[in-house]
Amino acid sequence: MSGRRLRSLGLQVLLAAGLGLLLWQLVGITAANMHERGIQSGFGFLREPAGFAIGESLLPFDSADSTWWALMAGLVNTLRVALPAIVISTVLGTAIGLGRLSPNLLLRGLCKGYVETLRNVPLLLQLLAWYFVVTDLLPAASAALKIAPHLFLSKSGLSLPWFGGEGGAWFDLPVQGAMAVTGGAVLTPEYIALLFGLSLYTASYVAETVRAGIQAVPRGQRDAALALGMSRVQGFRLVLLPQALRSIIPPLTNQHLSLTKNSSLAVAIGYPDLVSIADTTLNQTGRAAECIALIMAVYLVISLFTAGTSAWLERRTGHWAQRS
Amino acid sequence: MRLAKSAPWLRAAVLLPALLLPFGLAHAGKTLDQIRQRSQLSCGVSTGVIGFSSVDSQGNWRGLDVDVCRAIAAAVLHDPDKVKYVPLNSQQRFTALQSGEVDILSRDTTWTLTRDASMGLSFTAVTYYDGQGFLVPKKLRLTSAKQLKNAEICVQSGTTTEKNLNDYFKAQGVRIKPVVFEKFESAIKAFFSGRCQAYTTDASALAFIRSKEAAKPDDYQVLPELISKEPLAPVVRRGDDEWFAIVKWVVFALIEAEEYGVTRKNVETMKASPNPAIGRLLGSAEDSGKPLGLDRDWAARAVGAVGNYGEIFQRNVGADSPLKLARGLNALWNKGGLMYAPPIR
Repeated sequence: MSGRRLRSLGLQVLLAAGLGLLLWQLVGITAANMHERGIQSGFGFLREPAGFAIGESLLPFDSADSTWWALMAGLVNTLRVALPAIVISTVLGTAIGLGRLSPNLLLRGLCKGYVETLRNVPLLLQLLAWYFVVTDLLPAASAALKIAPHLFLSKSGLSLPWFGGEGGAWFDLPVQGAMAVTGGAVLTPEYIALLFGLSLYTASYVAETVRAGIQAVPRGQRDAALALGMSRVQGFRLVLLPQALRSIIPPLTNQHLSLTKNSSLAVAIGYPDLVSIADTTLNQTGRAAECIALIMAVYLVISLFTAGTSAWLERRTGHWAQRS
Repeated sequence: MRLAKSAPWLRAAVLLPALLLPFGLAHAGKTLDQIRQRSQLSCGVSTGVIGFSSVDSQGNWRGLDVDVCRAIAAAVLHDPDKVKYVPLNSQQRFTALQSGEVDILSRDTTWTLTRDASMGLSFTAVTYYDGQGFLVPKKLRLTSAKQLKNAEICVQSGTTTEKNLNDYFKAQGVRIKPVVFEKFESAIKAFFSGRCQAYTTDASALAFIRSKEAAKPDDYQVLPELISKEPLAPVVRRGDDEWFAIVKWVVFALIEAEEYGVTRKNVETMKASPNPAIGRLLGSAEDSGKPLGLDRDWAARAVGAVGNYGEIFQRNVGADSPLKLARGLNALWNKGGLMYAPPIR
C-alpha cells in the first residue's frame, strides 16, 4: 500500500472514529440529562400492551397486543400505501412524461398542465382536498351507495368481498348494517385519499424526470437510428430508451424515496401509518426520544433498501445498454 | 512527517466531542429564582381550547388554564401580566416542560400514573375534573354509548382519549373503529362531514364543539355516558419541590378563597375580616407566604388578579361563557363537588 493511500485510509478511520465518538457523546449526554431530570428511558415499553385500537390494519391487531406489534402494524400500513403508490406514480408519470414529448399539441399541453398544476401545489393541501372531497361527496355509511351486489361505497370507504369469512365460508361479503356496512374488505377514504394524493403528486415529478432523461440523449442518436432504417418505435426502444434509462433511474429513485417519506403526511388525514401510531405511542408512554429514534431508524432502513434496489437495477440496465 | 499535516484534523476529531461536555448535565436549578430574574413566568398552554386556553379577538390569552398562570404570576411577580404564553400541541407539551422551555404546563393535561411517575414531571393540584364523552348525530337515534357497535369514531391523537375509548368498549365487548387525526380541525371536519358516527373527547370540549362547530347544533347530541376520569392539573418539572409547592398552593388558595367568600372585588375589605382562616389566607393575620418563600400578600394578589376558583370557572367555562358548563364535579366539596383545598395554616 502506498503512503498516500495509507494516509487517506488513516484519515478516514480517524474521522469515522471521531464521528462515532461524537454520536456516542450525544447519546450519553441525552441519557444523563434525562436521568438527571427523572425521565425514565429505555425500550421496555415496546413489550407492554399497546392499549389503544388501530382503525385499519393488515396484520391482526388487538389492543392487548404489544406496542411493538402496533408499530409493526403501522409499518405494514405505511408499506401498504407506499408500494402501490410507487407503482402507480411510475407508470402514470412515465406516460405523462412521454406525453410531454408527443408531437400532438393537445396531448402535450394537457400533460404540461398536469405537471405544472400538481407539482406546484403543496402535497399536504392536495391530500386534505382529496380527503374532504371524498368524504363530503359520498353518502353516509348507514345508507351506502350500492355499486354492484356486495360492493358498497360510502363515507366509510369502499367495501368489497374478500376471501374467508365466519364459519369457513369462501367469501366474506359486505352487507348493509344499521350503523355501517359490515363484513368484507374495506378500502377506507383515508387510504384512498392518501394513495391517490401521493401517486398523482409524485407522478408529476416522475414525468419531468422521464422527459428530461429522454431529452438528454443527443438528437443525433435518434437521427442515426432512423438513418439505419429503424422505425420510430424501434429507434426509441433500442437506441433512445436504454441510454435514457441510465439518466432516469437515479433521480427516479429519489422520487420513490420522497414518496415513501411523504406518506408520513398520513397523520393529517387520519390514516394509521407508522408515524401516526408512533405518535400515539409517544403520547401514551411519554418515551419521546425512543419513539422518534425508532421512526428515524425505520425510514432509514426503508430508504437504504429502496436505494439498494435501484443501484442493482441501475447496474442491470447498464449491462443491458452495453449489450444492445 | 506526513501525518503532521493532518494533525489539525486529528485534533479536531478528538476535541470536538470534548467541546460538547460543558453542555452536558444542565442543572435543574431553582425555578423561582429564574422566574424572578427574568421577571416573567413561562406558561405552556394549548394551541387553542376554548374555555381553557385560547386567544380572544383582541389577541389576549383567556381561559381557566390561563388564569391559573396569571394567578401564579400575581403571587410570585406581583403582576398577573408578566406571563409569556407558549402554545404547545399534545406532542410537544411534555418535552417543552422537561427541557425547561416552560416553567409550568397549564394545558388541560390529564393526571395519570405514567405521566406523573415516569416522565420527570409532577402534577400539582386538580383545576378541573373532566370526563370523556361522545357527540353523535341525532338522526342515528342513539340513547347510549353502548349502541355504538361497529361504529367509526373520530378522535384527535396525542391524548388519553384513544386509550379510554379502547378500555371502555373492550369492557363492553363492543367493537369500534377509531379514526385518528393529528389536528383538531381535521378530526372535527371529518366528523361533521359524516365520516364517523361519533366524535369523542373530554365532555367540556364536546359542549363547545356542538354549539360552535356544528352547522346545526340541534342535529347533534352528547350521549349521557362519561367513560373516563380526566382530572386536569397544572404540571411542573420534578426536582424543584419549592416551585412545586408554590403552584400547588396558589391553586389551593383560589379554591379556599371561594370557600370563604373572598372575591376579586372584596379581597381588600376581607383583609379586615375577623375570621382567622381568612386572615391567614390573605396575610392580614399570620404570614402564610413565608413557608413558600413568598411575601404575606401572595394569595390576596392572586385572588385580586383573577378572582376565586368559582369566579374563574364562571367566567371561562361556566354560566358567563359560551360553554355554559354546570359546576358538577367541580363544585366545592361542601356543595356536592370535589374541589377541596387542604387548610392554609
